[in-house]
Amino acid sequence: MQKTLKKYFPIFVLPTLAAFLVSFAVPFVSGVYLSFTKFKVVNENTWVGLENYIKLFTTDKTFMNSLWLTVKFTAVSVVTINILAFALALLLTKGLKGTNAFRTVFFMPNLIGGIVLGHIWSLIINGVLGYFGVDITYDPKYGFWGLVILMNWQLIGYMMIIYIAGIQNIPEYLNEAAAIDGATPAQTLFHVTIPMVMPSVTICSFLTLTNSFKLFDQNLALNGKSPDTSLLALDIYKTFYDHTGLQLASWHGIGQAKAVIFFLIVALIAFIQLRATSQKEVEH
Amino acid sequence: MKSRRAFKESLLYILLFIISVVFLAPIVIILINSFKSNFHISQSPFSLPNVETFAGIQNFIKGFTQADFSRAFANSAFITVFSVAGIVLLTSMTAWYLVRIKNRFTKLIYYLFVFSMIVPFQMVMYTMTYYAFELNLNNRLGIIFIYLGFGAGLSVFMFSGFIKSIPTEIEEAAVIDGCSPLKTFFLIIFPILKPTAITVAILNAMWVWNDYLLPYLVLGSGSNRTLPVAIQMALTGGYGNKDMGALMAMLVLTILPIIVFYLFCQKYIIRGVLAGAVKG
Amino acid sequence: MIKKTAAIIAAAVMILCAFTACNGNPTNTVSPSDENNANETVKVIRYLNFKPEIAEVYDKIAKEYENETGVKLIVETAASGTYESTLTARMATSDAPTLFQINGPIGYASWSEYCADLKDTELYKHLKDKTLAVTYDGGVYGIPYVVEGYGIIYNSKILDAYFALPDKKTDYTSADDIRSFSALKAVVEDMQANKDKLGIDGVFASTSLKTGEDWRWQTHLMNIPLTLEFNDKNTDFTGEGYKTIDFTYSDNFKSIFDLYINNSTTDKKQLGTIDVTSSMAEFALGKCAMVQNGNWGASQILGVTGNKVSPESIKFLPIYTGAPGEENTGICIGTENFICINAKASAAEQKAAADFLYWLYSSEKGKKFVTDELKFIAPFDTFEEGETPDDPLAREVIRWMNMDNITNLPWNFTVFPSQNYKDSLGAALLKYAQGTMTWDEVKKLAVDEWKNEFGA
Repeated sequence: MQKTLKKYFPIFVLPTLAAFLVSFAVPFVSGVYLSFTKFKVVNENTWVGLENYIKLFTTDKTFMNSLWLTVKFTAVSVVTINILAFALALLLTKGLKGTNAFRTVFFMPNLIGGIVLGHIWSLIINGVLGYFGVDITYDPKYGFWGLVILMNWQLIGYMMIIYIAGIQNIPEYLNEAAAIDGATPAQTLFHVTIPMVMPSVTICSFLTLTNSFKLFDQNLALNGKSPDTSLLALDIYKTFYDHTGLQLASWHGIGQAKAVIFFLIVALIAFIQLRATSQKEVEH
Repeated sequence: MKSRRAFKESLLYILLFIISVVFLAPIVIILINSFKSNFHISQSPFSLPNVETFAGIQNFIKGFTQADFSRAFANSAFITVFSVAGIVLLTSMTAWYLVRIKNRFTKLIYYLFVFSMIVPFQMVMYTMTYYAFELNLNNRLGIIFIYLGFGAGLSVFMFSGFIKSIPTEIEEAAVIDGCSPLKTFFLIIFPILKPTAITVAILNAMWVWNDYLLPYLVLGSGSNRTLPVAIQMALTGGYGNKDMGALMAMLVLTILPIIVFYLFCQKYIIRGVLAGAVKG
Repeated sequence: MIKKTAAIIAAAVMILCAFTACNGNPTNTVSPSDENNANETVKVIRYLNFKPEIAEVYDKIAKEYENETGVKLIVETAASGTYESTLTARMATSDAPTLFQINGPIGYASWSEYCADLKDTELYKHLKDKTLAVTYDGGVYGIPYVVEGYGIIYNSKILDAYFALPDKKTDYTSADDIRSFSALKAVVEDMQANKDKLGIDGVFASTSLKTGEDWRWQTHLMNIPLTLEFNDKNTDFTGEGYKTIDFTYSDNFKSIFDLYINNSTTDKKQLGTIDVTSSMAEFALGKCAMVQNGNWGASQILGVTGNKVSPESIKFLPIYTGAPGEENTGICIGTENFICINAKASAAEQKAAADFLYWLYSSEKGKKFVTDELKFIAPFDTFEEGETPDDPLAREVIRWMNMDNITNLPWNFTVFPSQNYKDSLGAALLKYAQGTMTWDEVKKLAVDEWKNEFGA
C-alpha cells in the first residue's frame, strides 16, 4: 500500500503544505531574516546586523516596560485563575445535583472572542469606576487589574473543566482510605487530592501561562493602545504599525526583532512545559 | 447529622448560585443595554431600561442596516464554515499520509507542523500579510487558504495522534480489494476519525469565528471585514457617527450564535476543548 | 477521479509556482511605468481613501464614473488613524493603490519613490495656489484636493444669551470682541459660572482623550505652538531644522488646554473614555457652547438626532493661546490631504488615475459630488464662486480666508514625526488632565519623543 499511497503526495499533502508554507513557514524564515535588517516593505531591506536588537534597549522606550508588564500580568493571572478554577472544580465534584448546569454556565465565557470580551468589560469597568469619578485610563493599575479580571472570567471555566476531569480520575479507594484513617477534609485535600491532580495543575498552569503571555485582542479592546497598559504582543503590533513617518524602516526592523524575542520566550515556555509533562508521565 | 448535611448543601448551592450570577452578569448587562437608546448606555450602563431609555428592537434594526452588520456576519460565517471544512478535510488527509508513509521527509514536515503551534502570531504577522497580498490572498477565498496554513499545525497533530492508534490491517485489506488510497481514506479511515474530526472542527471554528488580527490585516476594514473587525472598528473609529445602542445589539448578535451552538453541542465542545488543551 | 486529481495538482503547482516566483527574486519588482503600455485600456483604478466619514460618497462616485467611462474605481478606506500602516501594507503588493494620499512633506519623504510627478496633469494646472502643493526639486508630487479649517466652533445663540445676561462680569457684547486669549478666558470662565442660567452643562464639549480620539489636541492644537515656534525660527521644512523642537510656546498650549478641561461638560478625570462623536453630540444637543474642531464637523453636528443647533448659529472663533500679535491671527487653514499617483503603476494606469481626478474636479457631475456630498472646499479654479459646500462651517472658513488684516495659521502638523508621536503626546495630555503627570513632564516628553522619533 505504501507504494501506491506515496504517489498521492500531491493530493494528500501538497494543499496543506502549500498553505502552510505560504502563511507560516516562509513568513517565519523571512521574519527571522528581516529582524537583522531595516525594511519599509518586505522585499526592500538593508542589512543592519544586530542593530535592531540593541535598539530595543536604547532607542525603543516601550519594550522593557511591556515585557515586565506582561510578566507581572502573566504571574498574577496564572495564580488567580488556577486557584479559583481549582476551588470551583472542588465545589462541583461534591456530588451535588445540578452540577452540570453550573458547569455549563462557568464555561460559557470561554467561547466569546477576545475583542467582544474586551468591549463588554470596558463598559462594565468604566461603569463602575464612573461612580468614583474616574475611568479605566486614570491609573494604569485599573487597566492592569481590569485585564486580570477579564482573563479570570474567561479562563476559569476552562481550567475548571480540566481540574474536574483530574479530580474525577482520583481512584475512590484513596479517599476512602483517607476517611478510614480519620483524615480531616483539609488533610485529604492537601495529601490526597492535590498531589493526585498535579498533572492537571501542570497543564492548566502552562495553558494560562501561554494564553496570558500572548494576550492581544482583549488587551487592545479593553485598554486601547495606551503605552502604560500594552502587553508585549500589542507593543509589537504598535511598533510595526504606528511608527509611521521617516523612520518607518527602522521601526519595522525593531518590531521584527521584538517579535523574534517574543517567539524565543514563548518557545522556551513550551520547551519547559514539554519537559515538565514528560517527567510527570514517567513518575506515574 | 442529616439536617446538618442538608444545611451545608444549601450553603453550597447559594454559593454556586452567587458565582453563577457573577459569571452571567456581563452577558446580561450587554443584553439589557442592547434595548436602551444610544446616549443612555455609557452614562448608566447598569440601570434597567425605563420608559425614557427603552429603545425596543430599534438597536437591532439599526445594527443590521446602518452598521452593515449583516455583511460582516455573512463574511464571518462564510469564512468560518469553509475554513473549518477545508482544514478538517485536508489536514486529516495530510495526517494520514504523514503517519503511514514513514521517511525523513514526512517526519520533517510533521515536525514543522508541530513547531508552528508554538510560534506566536506576531512573529509572522508582518511578513505573512505581505505574502498574502502578493499572492492575491487578501479576499474571502484567499483567507481560507491562509487559515488552512495556520490551522495545519494543531489539526495535523491531533489527527496524527489518533491515526497512530488505528491498526493498519483494515486499510491493507481494503487495498488488497483494489481500493485506491483516496477511496480507502474516505470510506474507511475518515469515518473512524469522526470523533477527532468533530473536535478539530470545533476548535478551529471557535478560533476562526473569534479571530481579529489576521482578518484585520489581510481583509482590512472594508467590505470584506469580519465580525470582530467590524466591532473593533465601530467601537474605536473616531470620525463617523458612533451608535452605542446599535453596537450593543451587534455584541448580542455576535455572542448569541455561539451560546446557542454551545447549549446544543455542549458535550462535543467541552470534549473538544479539553482535547485541545491536553495536547496543545 | 483523474480529472479531479489533475485539477488539484494543477492548482497546487500553480500556488507553489506563484509563491516561489515571487520569493526567488525579491529585488526584481515590476518595472515602473512602461511607456509602451500607455495605450492599453485600464479597467480598474484603486484608491486608498483617507477619510472614513465620506467613504460612502466615494462608492456613489465610483458608480457614476463607471457608468460614464466604464472604468471601475475601487475605493478602500483605511480606518481612523491607520492610513499609513494600511498604505504600507497595500503598497508592496500587486493590488497597490494607483491613487493614494500623503499628508505633506513628511509623507512625501517616506513615499517619494511612489509619488509620480504631477506637474503636467490637468488638475495641477487648475490649482489656484500653487504653493500649497508638495513640490521637490521642480517636480510636483502631491496636489491638495481640499482646504479645511479648524478653530473653536461656537454656538452663537448661547453666546448671545450670555452677552444678554444682566449680571455678567465681562464687558464684551459680541463674539467679535473676543480677539485675545484673555478675552476668551474671561468670557468662558464667566459663562461656566453662569452655566445653569445658560442651560448648558459646561462651556466646552468634552476634551476627547481616548486613544485614537485625541487628534484634536495632540495634532490640531499642538499645531499652534509649533507653528509659532517654526515662524520664530524661520524653519525650512526641506532642511533638517524641524527635526528638533524646543516647544517654546508650551505655556500657551497649557493655557488653552487648561481652559478646555476646566470649563467643560465632563470632569477632567473622566476624559479617557470620551470619543469625538460624543463631544460633537454634546455640542449638537446644546449641552455646551463651544468645541474645538474643523469644518468637517458640520455634518456631525447637524446629523445628530435631536440636534438643537440651527445652521446659522454655528460659527468659528480662532484658537487664542495668549501669543503676541494674536488679535490679527485667524483660524487654522490648510490641508493634510495631498493626492498622489503611484509612480510604480503602469503609464496607462497613471493616466487613468489622472483622468479620473480631473473628471472629479472639473466635470459638472464630479464637482457636484465634491461640493454637495464630499463637502470639500476645493482649491481649484474649475470651481466658480457659488460652487462651495452649503454648510455653515465651510462658509465660515471662506469668510475667514477672505478677512482683511487677518493671517490664518497654516497646517504644520504635516511635519509631525509619526502616529506614535501623536499617540504618546495624547497619552501624556490625558495624564496631565487626570492630574497624574505634571506639565513639565508633558513638555519634556513632547520635546524628547520628537527627537527620538526622527532619530530612530
